[in-house]
Amino acid sequence: MSWLALSLSLGFVGLAAIVSRYQELGLEKDLAIAVVRTIIQLTIAGYVLSYVFASQHLIFMVLMLALMMGVAAQNAAKRGKGIPGALRIVLIGIVISEALSLILLLFLGIPGTPQYIIPLSGMIIGNSMVASGVTLNRFSSEFKLRRGEVELALSLGAAPKKASLAVIKAAVKAGMIPTIDSMKTVGLVQLPGMMTGQILAGADPIQAVRYQILVMFMISGATAITSLIVVLQGYLTYFTPEAQLKSS
Amino acid sequence: MPSSIEMELPCWVLKMKIELRNVGLSIQQDATTVELLTDVSLAARLGVIHALLGPSGSGKSTLLYTINRLREIQGGQITLEGKDTRQIKVFELRRRIGLVMQKPIFFPGTVGENILYGPRLWLKDNQTLVDPKHYMELVQLDPAWVSRDPNTLSGGQQQRVSLARTLANNPEVLLLDEPTSALDAQAGEHLETLISSLCSERQLTVIWVTHDLHQAERIAKDVTLLYRGRVVEHGDAKCFFAGPSTEEGRTYLTGKLGGKL
Repeated sequence: MSWLALSLSLGFVGLAAIVSRYQELGLEKDLAIAVVRTIIQLTIAGYVLSYVFASQHLIFMVLMLALMMGVAAQNAAKRGKGIPGALRIVLIGIVISEALSLILLLFLGIPGTPQYIIPLSGMIIGNSMVASGVTLNRFSSEFKLRRGEVELALSLGAAPKKASLAVIKAAVKAGMIPTIDSMKTVGLVQLPGMMTGQILAGADPIQAVRYQILVMFMISGATAITSLIVVLQGYLTYFTPEAQLKSS
Repeated sequence: MPSSIEMELPCWVLKMKIELRNVGLSIQQDATTVELLTDVSLAARLGVIHALLGPSGSGKSTLLYTINRLREIQGGQITLEGKDTRQIKVFELRRRIGLVMQKPIFFPGTVGENILYGPRLWLKDNQTLVDPKHYMELVQLDPAWVSRDPNTLSGGQQQRVSLARTLANNPEVLLLDEPTSALDAQAGEHLETLISSLCSERQLTVIWVTHDLHQAERIAKDVTLLYRGRVVEHGDAKCFFAGPSTEEGRTYLTGKLGGKL
């Protein structure tokens, strides 16, 4: 793809800007920032990736993964306003699900080189980020809504975990639904990014599909684990050690 | 608790089920400290209904919630049969001291499932579960409603499901947070009679928060009047209603004692 064609693609963004102006959505400034960030971030990522791929050093790969997880956790933690230590909670969730997924991938015979690990991790971490953000958000709103029910359960002698079980379930479910929904429609409604990329780059569609199936399965497991870990740490922040609700 | 104190107490104290000594509780609100309870001392006798009176915002509900440790006190001591409640496992304490909240809330499920919520927490797997219908009969609810959604019942019936759910834990003490405030007069009196008879039949100690002076006079043997988080009257209900010993008590009986702090 030529640079000229690429710069003409800004026309699509122009369409979005026109919609925003016409509907008075006030998103033009955000859109402009998003365009600049997309160009800068992806260009840097491209150069960094080509350096990391060329050097084949483990340390660069680890640093890159750490950066990805840090940014993802920080972003998702914004959804958990009012939950003390949200960043730590999300980071633990993302790190554990990423680690488990990598172990499984290596066990399945995926080569442990940056070319494979970094893009696959990007998908795991990105989806875990979305899942933990949704989970935290749902958890805090659901808890606010069902505070009376939780306190009632405590008054009958329930432990905090039992008392917040309905809230925990709703939050984990909310975190997993986007992945499950996209698994149901994949290939029918949308061709996922990785598969599209491989096909555009000239790979055999059948081979691309195999990787995509692996990725979808991996993401479903990773998001479930992340949501669960996030919520199991999150609910504890609402209670004192004596099983009392902290004041809101 | 040091045994020397127990030795000094007169024999009538043995009948005391719940005792609060110099209980204090404050919260931080916008960088200022708000005292919700200050130096509260009172005693509730075994098998007796104790009315907790006071204008809105005087700390009645908060006090109730400290007794089963849904709120933590910062000063003083609360005892159940002479034992500091902080030395009793909190889940056991809450089973022994049941609470009926002002507004009935239900877990998703049927009347029967709601009643069994408590027993399911502490009964071992091999123990037979209690029959929810037994508790429905106890609170004079039609046992045929065991499979109904409690949210479809009337206010009075809902409050009785709520009471049955608390009773299913076999509590020794019952804390009632204005259980009749949302009911009409007839349903309210029905619930009063029910609780009074349960109290005498089962030797239940009841602490009943109410706004209704006539209700307190009908049901209670002992009263405590809270005002701005402090106890201003504490003692025999008949004496209190015949002539309170404090200015606040007399003003409260005329219905003119100010509400919020």
